[in-house]
Amino acid sequence: MAAVRADHGARTVASTFVGYFILVFFALVFIYPFVIQLSASFKTESNAALNPLNPVPDPFVTDAYHKVFLSTDMPLWLGNSLIVTIAITLGRVLLDSMAGYALARLRFKGRKALFGAVIAILAVPGVVLFIPKFLVLKQFGMYDTYTALILPIIADAGGVFIMKQFFESIPRSVEEAARIDGAGPWRTFWSVVLPMGRPALITLTIISFQSSWNELPHSLVSVQSPDLYTLPRGLAVLVSGSLGSGNQYPLKLGAAVLATIPVAVLFVVFQRYFVRGANEGADK
Amino acid sequence: MRLSAKARENIAGWLFVAPVILILGLFMLLPILMAMWVSVTDWNGQGSPFKSGVPFVGLDNYTKLFAEEGLTRQDFMTSVRNNIYYVGIVVPVQTILALGLALVVNSRMLKGKTFFRAAFFFPSVTSSVAISVVFLFIFASSGAVNNLLAFFGVQGPQWFADARGILHLALDAAGLVNADSPPAFLMSGGPFGLSWWEWLAGPSVAMSTIMLLVIWTTSGTFMLMFLAALQDIPVTLEEASMLDGAGRWKRLRFVTLPMLKPTLFLVLTMGIISTWQVFDQVYVMSQGAPGKTTLTPAYLSYTQAFDNFEYGTGTAISFVLFAIIVLFTIVQRWLLRERNA
Repeated sequence: MAAVRADHGARTVASTFVGYFILVFFALVFIYPFVIQLSASFKTESNAALNPLNPVPDPFVTDAYHKVFLSTDMPLWLGNSLIVTIAITLGRVLLDSMAGYALARLRFKGRKALFGAVIAILAVPGVVLFIPKFLVLKQFGMYDTYTALILPIIADAGGVFIMKQFFESIPRSVEEAARIDGAGPWRTFWSVVLPMGRPALITLTIISFQSSWNELPHSLVSVQSPDLYTLPRGLAVLVSGSLGSGNQYPLKLGAAVLATIPVAVLFVVFQRYFVRGANEGADK
Repeated sequence: MRLSAKARENIAGWLFVAPVILILGLFMLLPILMAMWVSVTDWNGQGSPFKSGVPFVGLDNYTKLFAEEGLTRQDFMTSVRNNIYYVGIVVPVQTILALGLALVVNSRMLKGKTFFRAAFFFPSVTSSVAISVVFLFIFASSGAVNNLLAFFGVQGPQWFADARGILHLALDAAGLVNADSPPAFLMSGGPFGLSWWEWLAGPSVAMSTIMLLVIWTTSGTFMLMFLAALQDIPVTLEEASMLDGAGRWKRLRFVTLPMLKPTLFLVLTMGIISTWQVFDQVYVMSQGAPGKTTLTPAYLSYTQAFDNFEYGTGTAISFVLFAIIVLFTIVQRWLLRERNA
């Protein structure tokens, strides 16, 4: 009996060890590329090329960042990305929660059919819409404007779905009290229901911010003038444009670091909402 | 005049959903209808596609993809081949990796769950463009990966310039064929204008880097979905099976995996849908090169329209892609229904 137990204990130790080994190995695989990226952006060009694996920049230089800000359009791209991302995020949070609330709570004709349409739209793959979006923007005379960057994606079916699920999960009693006090649907929504929706609103804010900050294809089909490039677009041009003229990896990686930082900061602060967002996405 | 409460709620409901309906209608539904028209025309991007001068070509743009010999079909079929291998490898690998990581992270004996979960998940929230830049650097011919390989005495390839198919290389290494002079019976004939030899190329070395990147970025999200499902499995169920004397593998096989089946199907479906749409990485890293081995239908449809001004062909390709994705989704749903019944 004791032997069996000792054997069992040894096996537990062994499997714990194997478990940690797997976790640490994959953690390295998943994180080390970011370490390489960050350190290479502070290296000299020759050092980055010679010692790509070394996590310590030696010598430590900030040339890449000077160059990113002074000799590329980075300030413009950052500005455009901020404008577009903030507008889309605010729009989605407001419009998606209005629609989500109506679909969850208000009884109006055609509600079921509308919800069916939302689900159908969720199933439309994004790449199919590249050329169609371009066509409609041209037709409306919006092509190559800020409006084109923002308006077509200022509401999304996924967000409506998340908000509907959320509003269905909160108890009706609070709203009914407000109704009895004579508050109309808008007042009930704005000052009673929405404040209760904090967790869902934060989740939606975060996934909207993240997806619009990282968005590339929509920019490709909605604008062409370099003045309207967002950060991912500018970065893509920077990378493909300079292929002939040397590698300039520290510069490119520095620009990529700047594109990563806002979402990385949000991730560190609001990790649990990111996790929620990923799982809400799965419930669709 | 006072409206009844019911009528007021009706109006309020429609007002609440109106902005979303307007946006989704104008920028999703309407564009799809317009694109359907463009896909049966020869519009070249000049003026409006709805003017009378635009040539109507019927289903020509579609038959060009399947039935007519020529560069268009050649490119399209090459892109389909590339994407089939891409889906066939990325989906199983990322699913198994995600499941494995979830099982390890979820194990009760290990600490630091939150940290590891965050580490695995982080790549999937970052910008695909930024990550592509990082991978270009890591897989550069004297980059981090080749340095690492050299450490083990292996000489790494020129990743992004290498158009050789992996299946070709494997068949060659196994001594079955000589990749430099492939057997004649494979070179002649084959469906849709590509020879059997070309269909059997497998993903190119360059495409493999994109596959690695995508597996690396998406596994984290799917791991979270598996983790959520694992946490829903009642502890009593596991304990009961332990008391019954089931070992670790038996428990995994007969208790855990059956409980995860719905999530597994969901992960596979989402994986297939998204891998058929690969675009950003191709746009940033390879633009279809080398030797068109990283061309995908999504990227081809984009270049046909915006670089070659063949909007008809471009939209036709995107509708075919749409059909492929819908088909896969239906098959998945159908399989799922069979299993539930």
